[in-house]
Amino acid sequence: MRFLTRLALAAAGLTLAAGAAAAQTTVRWLHVEQNPAQVKVWEEVARRFEAKNAGVKVEMQFLENEAYKAKLPTLLQSRDRPHILYSWAGGVLKAQVDAGVLEDITKSVGAYKDNLSAGAVEAFTVDGKLYGLPHNVSQVGFMYNKDLFAKANLDGGAIKTWDDLLAAVKTLKAAGVTPIAVGGQDKWPLHFYWTHLAVRLGGKPAFEAALKGQNGGFEGETFQKAGELMKQLVDLEPFQNGFLGFKNQQALGFFGDGKAAMNLAISHQSTTQRALAADKKGIAEDRLGWFDFPVPAGAKGRPSDTLGGVNGWIITKGAPKEAVEFVKFFISDEVQRELAKQNFIIPTFKGAEAALSAAFMQNVARNIAASQYHQNFYDQDLGPSVGRVVNDATAEIAGGSMTPKQAAKAIQDAFKQGN
Amino acid sequence: MSGKPAASGARRRAASDGRLASLLLFLPPALLLFTVFVVLPIGEAAWYSGFNWNGFGSPTRWIGFDNYRFVFDSRGFGTAFRNNLLIIAVSLVIQLPLALTLALMLADKFRGSVALRMLFFLPYVLAEVATGLIFSFIYDGNYGLLASIYRTFGAEAPHLLASTQTSMLAILVVVVWKYFGFHMMLFIAALQGMDRNLVEAARIDGASRWQVLRYVVIPLLYPTIRLSVFFAVVGSLQLFDLVMPLTRGGPADSSNTMVSFLYIHGVSRMRVGYGSAIGVILFVICVTFAITYKRWFMRDE
Repeated sequence: MRFLTRLALAAAGLTLAAGAAAAQTTVRWLHVEQNPAQVKVWEEVARRFEAKNAGVKVEMQFLENEAYKAKLPTLLQSRDRPHILYSWAGGVLKAQVDAGVLEDITKSVGAYKDNLSAGAVEAFTVDGKLYGLPHNVSQVGFMYNKDLFAKANLDGGAIKTWDDLLAAVKTLKAAGVTPIAVGGQDKWPLHFYWTHLAVRLGGKPAFEAALKGQNGGFEGETFQKAGELMKQLVDLEPFQNGFLGFKNQQALGFFGDGKAAMNLAISHQSTTQRALAADKKGIAEDRLGWFDFPVPAGAKGRPSDTLGGVNGWIITKGAPKEAVEFVKFFISDEVQRELAKQNFIIPTFKGAEAALSAAFMQNVARNIAASQYHQNFYDQDLGPSVGRVVNDATAEIAGGSMTPKQAAKAIQDAFKQGN
Repeated sequence: MSGKPAASGARRRAASDGRLASLLLFLPPALLLFTVFVVLPIGEAAWYSGFNWNGFGSPTRWIGFDNYRFVFDSRGFGTAFRNNLLIIAVSLVIQLPLALTLALMLADKFRGSVALRMLFFLPYVLAEVATGLIFSFIYDGNYGLLASIYRTFGAEAPHLLASTQTSMLAILVVVVWKYFGFHMMLFIAALQGMDRNLVEAARIDGASRWQVLRYVVIPLLYPTIRLSVFFAVVGSLQLFDLVMPLTRGGPADSSNTMVSFLYIHGVSRMRVGYGSAIGVILFVICVTFAITYKRWFMRDE
């Protein structure tokens, strides 16, 4: 409290010192965060920044995820575009850079970026120039319900290989438990399977070769094999009834209600499943397990390779320099620790992950730190149109309307057509 | 007597002057609006459809007619087109006869007829998106109304919206439910405006109920039926806002209409050129239909 008072006093002092003549700069900041508890913290951070920087006003704006993605191109080209925008990096970021709507902030950020995880910063670097700063990272893996696993006499921690997973699915089904909940209508939760299998099977070299059109591109062996392994799983009918009609939120709620044993999830969804469960409690921390995506036979990727997101803030062309200052402040040790303490994010500021309080999130943070190849979600990395075809094709494998071969071809065709 | 034609000529001139004045007064704004909001966007869409463009910056990669080739090559668009035809067929074969039957039953005043009319008309008043959401709850295989009905019979509910076999069927049911009331109201209005003497006369001449219906009432309803068919077809071609909340065109593009296909593959994937190509195709289909229909079936009006 005393700290806050001092802050307020300092702010008042600064305001006086700067005088009324100080020009008022407004930093417009657009985000897609839906968790009100987290947004509240962000608001406070913005007010603190204003207190430290006289004459600067931070204005927070919100758009819902899908609406945001759809509006982005128009938004970026409008005259009063926001200065700071939420970004998933990847192919979309490259498209924005190519269109010249983003600000090169390499100089204004300078050495500050060395405080942040290098891999995450890399995601916001295009052709050696920095266009934004990473705010959090996430990992895709299986979260599981320990009680349901116990009911089938299974140990989730023992699942290491793809065959282990297939065997576990069979055992769960035999015990009358729905093995996996998935939100098939949104499609992207299904693409995790295909993508992660490809990451495991081929590692970084396979993906980079495909981007160059080598080895048959996305029609090549690695990607077809990924589809075939996914098909092995799908053929066991591991998902809940009607999974193609479930949105991801519904599937998380379904898992949270204890109606399915597993969910291939993004790490922070371990807390979301609680909010979406019917009783708003979901599966308690100590009953919730996690295992990394299993390794199929003949995998060339390292078992420590991770799939997940890198999210951050990009600065739009012509934004005031205060926008960069605010992002630096927002991704400072202090703020990142605050958000980590409540397990909202896995921070990118080096060392801030120590503040994570849930064992679950600590584990994920360790995984990401140990990973030498953190693959961004394909549907983000490959840009809007190819990425969505990946989602389509994998949903079709899951629905049985496309063979792995057809799916791989559809993706390669989309890739050839380009954005 | 020579003054009369002159007077009427003057009157005619005055009338045509008045017409010219109103033409000059009212045409420019309408023409301007039409140009800005209809002609230009169509021209723009046609122009964009020649580019491979992701919506960022201005379009630079000209690819000619490739977008059209991509559209026709894609499995999804074929399905969407077939689905549109299916919706038209169901509208014409199930929805309109149903509306007509109900209209014939409810056109005469009797106790409760107005209440029934309102009841049948209600779905039409409901917003499309709301209807879609309501039905997505009804159809839900776990928690929905349908599921609980199945459960009372001890059966496992099907997930209608989650299967490529049934998703379109489920949407068709909603389409009929949503729009039959509108056509029913059109028919009722026409029936009430109809000259009852003709029906009376036919009755007196000894025509049976069926004969009256077949040879008097339905022919008198032709103008309305033609209008109804027109609305049904054009509406079916443009169906979008029911599909989005129900299935988003899924699973596996099985329940897309051309417009939802345009939206999902063109707009939300930021393939502006591709989406524009679909838009142009849709426009051509609609205009061709409208002109042909007007020429062949609505000549008299």
